[in-house]
Amino acid sequence: MRVVLAEDLALLREGLVSLLESHGFEIAAAVDNGPSLLKALLDHRPDVAVVDVRLPPSFTDEGLQAALEARRQVPGLPVLVLSQYVEQLYARELLADGSGGIGYLLKDRVFDADQFVDAVRRVAGGGTAMDPEVISRLVARGTRDEPLGRLTPREREVLELMAQGRSNAAIAQALVVTERAVTKHTANIFGKLDLAVSDDDNRRVLAVLAYLDRS
Amino acid sequence: MTRLRAPWRGFRLGLLAFPAMVLASVLITSYSLVANVVGILLVPPVLMLTRGLMDVYRDLIGRWSGVRIERPYLPDPAEEREGFAGVWDRFVRLSSDPATWRDLAWLLADPIVVLFTAALPFYLIAYGIWGFGLAAGMGGVIAGLGGTDYYGFVPVNGDYANDPTRIGFTIVLATVFTVAGFLSGPKLLGVYGRWGRLLLGPTERSRLALRVQHLTETRSEAVDASAAELRRIERDLHDGAQARLVAMGMTLGAIEHLLDKDPAKARLLLAETRQSSAKALNELRDLVRGIHPPVLADRGVADAVKAIALDHPLKVEVDTDLPGRPHPPVESAAFFAVSEILTNAAKHSGADRVWIDLRYEDGMLRITVTDDGRGGATFEGGTGLRGIERRIGTFDGVLALNSPPGGPTIVTLELPCELSSPRT
Repeated sequence: MRVVLAEDLALLREGLVSLLESHGFEIAAAVDNGPSLLKALLDHRPDVAVVDVRLPPSFTDEGLQAALEARRQVPGLPVLVLSQYVEQLYARELLADGSGGIGYLLKDRVFDADQFVDAVRRVAGGGTAMDPEVISRLVARGTRDEPLGRLTPREREVLELMAQGRSNAAIAQALVVTERAVTKHTANIFGKLDLAVSDDDNRRVLAVLAYLDRS
Repeated sequence: MTRLRAPWRGFRLGLLAFPAMVLASVLITSYSLVANVVGILLVPPVLMLTRGLMDVYRDLIGRWSGVRIERPYLPDPAEEREGFAGVWDRFVRLSSDPATWRDLAWLLADPIVVLFTAALPFYLIAYGIWGFGLAAGMGGVIAGLGGTDYYGFVPVNGDYANDPTRIGFTIVLATVFTVAGFLSGPKLLGVYGRWGRLLLGPTERSRLALRVQHLTETRSEAVDASAAELRRIERDLHDGAQARLVAMGMTLGAIEHLLDKDPAKARLLLAETRQSSAKALNELRDLVRGIHPPVLADRGVADAVKAIALDHPLKVEVDTDLPGRPHPPVESAAFFAVSEILTNAAKHSGADRVWIDLRYEDGMLRITVTDDGRGGATFEGGTGLRGIERRIGTFDGVLALNSPPGGPTIVTLELPCELSSPRT
């Protein structure tokens, strides 16, 4: 799997390169600024891009802008955005085109290599990887109102994991329950929120995110 | 409409000449009594009365002629001496304020000036109406009783009632006077406004004095605020991230020792250290957010406000119209002001919804925050509004609060600033 990587801190860039390479990814390009990121994304058309939000030369949200621009030109180009902080505003912009293949994680998540690599794979496969912090803030805002407030605590946990982009199997593993139990919870959630049930993981995540975003 | 209203307004300004003349004589009398001490006690309250009347003038002129006149008086000192020394200081301070003498000049001159400016149209119209009255028969009555009068150049005597030429001239003149009165009203009111600004407005000296006072206040507040902010950051770093890094270093040392003896324990400690580093990162992140929120740095105040609106527990709608970005310090002040107002709304107002409007008009960044809460907000009682006012005061910004009991609460901020062209 070919990856384009953008990170301006050399130490972290090297770390990410060796982490990804050791998990069998091929680094197509590793860049350290916004303009060359956009060029690399359009030239290499990687299977997935891992991008830091803040990049030179302006040290603002240059990485995010380059990623969004690349996705405008290459719809559905999978991008995993890393940042020192997560903002709902940026999550919203990343998800706006509704085509999946989007990840938005805190840089700390790299500490847990397995989960991080899993997230990269998921995004590369057209799935979603949203940071738990984005999701919990979204859900916290929504729970003041019906019908999100009607979910049981367990169902809310499942909803949060689902919104992060996890599959049923992964959710079952995280909550230490059977997959059948998770399937039952998701059916309940979709019933209470009045959403159409979908077997496709990706479409399911987008439906949930769109629902949360609405409130 | 203004043509119809201006003469009447001018007449009312003319009526103010009566209290002005009374005040002028009282003031002069008070000063003449200075030699036997009574004057020293008498002058300050009379001057306060005078300033009150001048404020009425400024207000009416501002509303009716559109000429805005600032208060010119030198600021009061922060502290006054006790007893008679304080009274004396007050007398000297008020008497040495150039605005006081300009007020006195106004009291003496305005009763005459107003007759030939603002009040003139009303009298022209009144004279016009008198002319119509003469033509309609009153002239006949006067002449019939053997009286003699002139309307303009038209003699009203003898058989005026049976002389169509004289009556015709009277009607023409009366029409001219009435029309002139109405037509000249707004213009003469404007002339009066400029005359008002000449004497009632600040001179260059008092304008500078007021400006210096404002700058001194806001500067010392800004310095205090930034010093306090630095202390807070230092404390947060010291108790938070720094302490955690020390602990992590110590744990890593312990792990080094344990690595061969007790690998299982070492593994446990490693996991702990990793958690510790994540916590330190979290704390640093919160600290950075408090110093300068990332979205504010990335995108500017409009998107930063949108971003906190998304995280806010209340439903917040944001409407922005900014063609560029203000200077970073202004952006930061505006952002933290809005953030504080939102916190207030969530804590005190009982509101469900908040509307924020951000736009750039006439060289001002204008922000309006409206909530549908119970209202009754004040500057007092730890609402933090005073603090916001101080902070934006550094940039000559002003804050207006409108919060009737029962709501809604509307807070308006205005910050003069320039915009840089948008990032391309």
